[in-house]
Amino acid sequence: MERLVERDRPSLEFSLDGAPATAREGDTILTAVLTLRRHLAEPRLGDGPRAGFCLMGACQECWVGVDGLPVRACGTLISAGMRVATDRRSPSG
Amino acid sequence: MADPTIAVIGAGPAGIRATEALAQHRLPVIVIDEAPKGGGQIYRQPPDAFRRSPSLRYGFEANKARALHTTIERLASAIDYRPSTLAWNVWDRQLDTLRAGKTEKVPFDFLVIATGATDRVLPVPGWTLPGVYTLGGAQIALKYQGCAIGHHTVFLGTGPLLYLVAYQYAKAGATVKAVLDVNAAAAKRRALPALAWSPSMLAKGLYYRAWLGAHGVVVEDGVTPIVIHGNGGVSELTYRRAGVETTLRCDAIGLGFGLKAETQLADLAGCRFRFDRESRQWLPERNADGESTISGVYVAGDGAGIGGADAAELWGERVGLAIAARCGRPRDTTRIATIDRQLARLAHLREGLERAFPFPSQHVSTIRADTILCRCESIRIGDAMAAIRVFDVIEMNRMKAVTRVGMGRCQGRMCSAAAAELLATESRQDVAAVGRLRAQPPVKPIPLPWSSPR
Ligand SMILES: Cc1cc2nc3c(=O)[nH]c(=O)nc-3n(C[C@H](O)[C@H](O)[C@H](O)COP(=O)(O)OP(=O)(O)OC[C@H]3O[C@@H](n4cnc5c(N)ncnc54)[C@H](O)[C@@H]3O)c2cc1C
Ligand code: FES
Repeated sequence: MERLVERDRPSLEFSLDGAPATAREGDTILTAVLTLRRHLAEPRLGDGPRAGFCLMGACQECWVGVDGLPVRACGTLISAGMRVATDRRSPSG
Repeated sequence: MADPTIAVIGAGPAGIRATEALAQHRLPVIVIDEAPKGGGQIYRQPPDAFRRSPSLRYGFEANKARALHTTIERLASAIDYRPSTLAWNVWDRQLDTLRAGKTEKVPFDFLVIATGATDRVLPVPGWTLPGVYTLGGAQIALKYQGCAIGHHTVFLGTGPLLYLVAYQYAKAGATVKAVLDVNAAAAKRRALPALAWSPSMLAKGLYYRAWLGAHGVVVEDGVTPIVIHGNGGVSELTYRRAGVETTLRCDAIGLGFGLKAETQLADLAGCRFRFDRESRQWLPERNADGESTISGVYVAGDGAGIGGADAAELWGERVGLAIAARCGRPRDTTRIATIDRQLARLAHLREGLERAFPFPSQHVSTIRADTILCRCESIRIGDAMAAIRVFDVIEMNRMKAVTRVGMGRCQGRMCSAAAAELLATESRQDVAAVGRLRAQPPVKPIPLPWSSPR
């Protein structure tokens, strides 16, 4: 993902798989992660990583763990201090 | 008689106009929408931190977007508006909803299902690589998040949205490498007479295409996608046109072949469906008032059949007026006649669009057998075909049982269009004869703390 317009929103800190990371206010979790790296979820069925697909809550390919609960990354806004876990084996982060 | 309970699912153009018509007759309405803000797909509102003006965000449609946003804001105090709420089941004249982790039952006397559409996609080898998104998803990245899906984007598929989204990307400063339409130019020429029903629509379509061409974007018709390459993400797309293979470097692909109505709730409500030849999909039957075959259950907008945003607004109002009349309010016959005339005109236009951008069903049987068909369960076309042959499958739900295609978490939203065409080819039947996947509650996965989704 490439930030194209309205890039000057305030930034916020969150944690991605335990490492500190920065996002912008108004980012979905999906945007926050995919502007940092290309994939969202670690390989699941051995056919390579995934990065969401529909961005509108239909495909269900963007589930991640946030502070211990599973959420859809495309429909959940990031907030400061969130702990995002993308390893499916431990959705509780 | 006490006022009945009326529930509207969806706060897009159709749901908002239905709600407005009902509220004008002082009828109480419960509006349920999964999105945090009203507007639906086309007029989706970004999170608060975004401040770009509507004219930059919605282009030619900015005024319509603004009108709908102010309507739902104005109505919010007069109705029971429940944003960020999923309707996940309907049976026995009750909805099951989920909001902030809590489920709630909503009994109703009248129900308006205005759930809109999702992209209709087809498999392409490599389409599960990071960087491949649905066309609608590519647009959402831009209007909801201010992002492009990549640095060098190709738009592949067919339909009017293909050109629109490419234009919106280029306008916003993204690099659009190419717009590749699987339909031939001849189809578009044949459709011109019907498209001429709406000169402004035709003008807009031609404008986007001409603008893209003038700005150096490769725009091609009659394209066959061959393969998306990449390691950990998209790096190249190979396609064929007029017998010549071309490989383009790109890091993102927006993929879409028209739209598909979100009909799961209508199915669970027990509505009867019919196969619509024109759009090649199963749709809930409805009468002139928009009522389904279940008394009191109405369908409106793209969720009842793809008609576009203007038709969605009109159908929403039409359904609202019909329900108001059922509740003893005077029937506004003049307004109803006007709406019906406008809807008839838009239906002509829709026929033209379906003819210009038909669903490329003939392509499906030529897709490589090792291509993933079901993204949820990573099931490949060849494996699904083998199971169909072994078990002599002739029907979609049986296919689901023996192949698991359509059993995953998307409930077939991403694979059923292709699966139906493959089954039809393999079992030598018409696509209408293979039937459709039955919806299952919950229509979308519900994350429960004690049963996290797989
Ligand atoms: C991603 C996308 C982008 C589009 N962009 C354009 C465009 O730029 N130009 C254009 O002309 N057309 C566009 N379309 C076509 C568009 O569908 C129609 O133009 C228009 O939005 C249809 O209005 P509607 O009210 O029928 O449905 P929608 O606008 O889709 O509204 C449906 C609403 O229902 C809600 N909903 C659905 N299911 C549930 C549920 N189970 N529980 C709770 N709420 C639910 C959704 O959150 C949504 O807000 C787009 C379609 C999609 C899918
Ligand atoms: S990307 Fe499809 S559901 Fe989130």
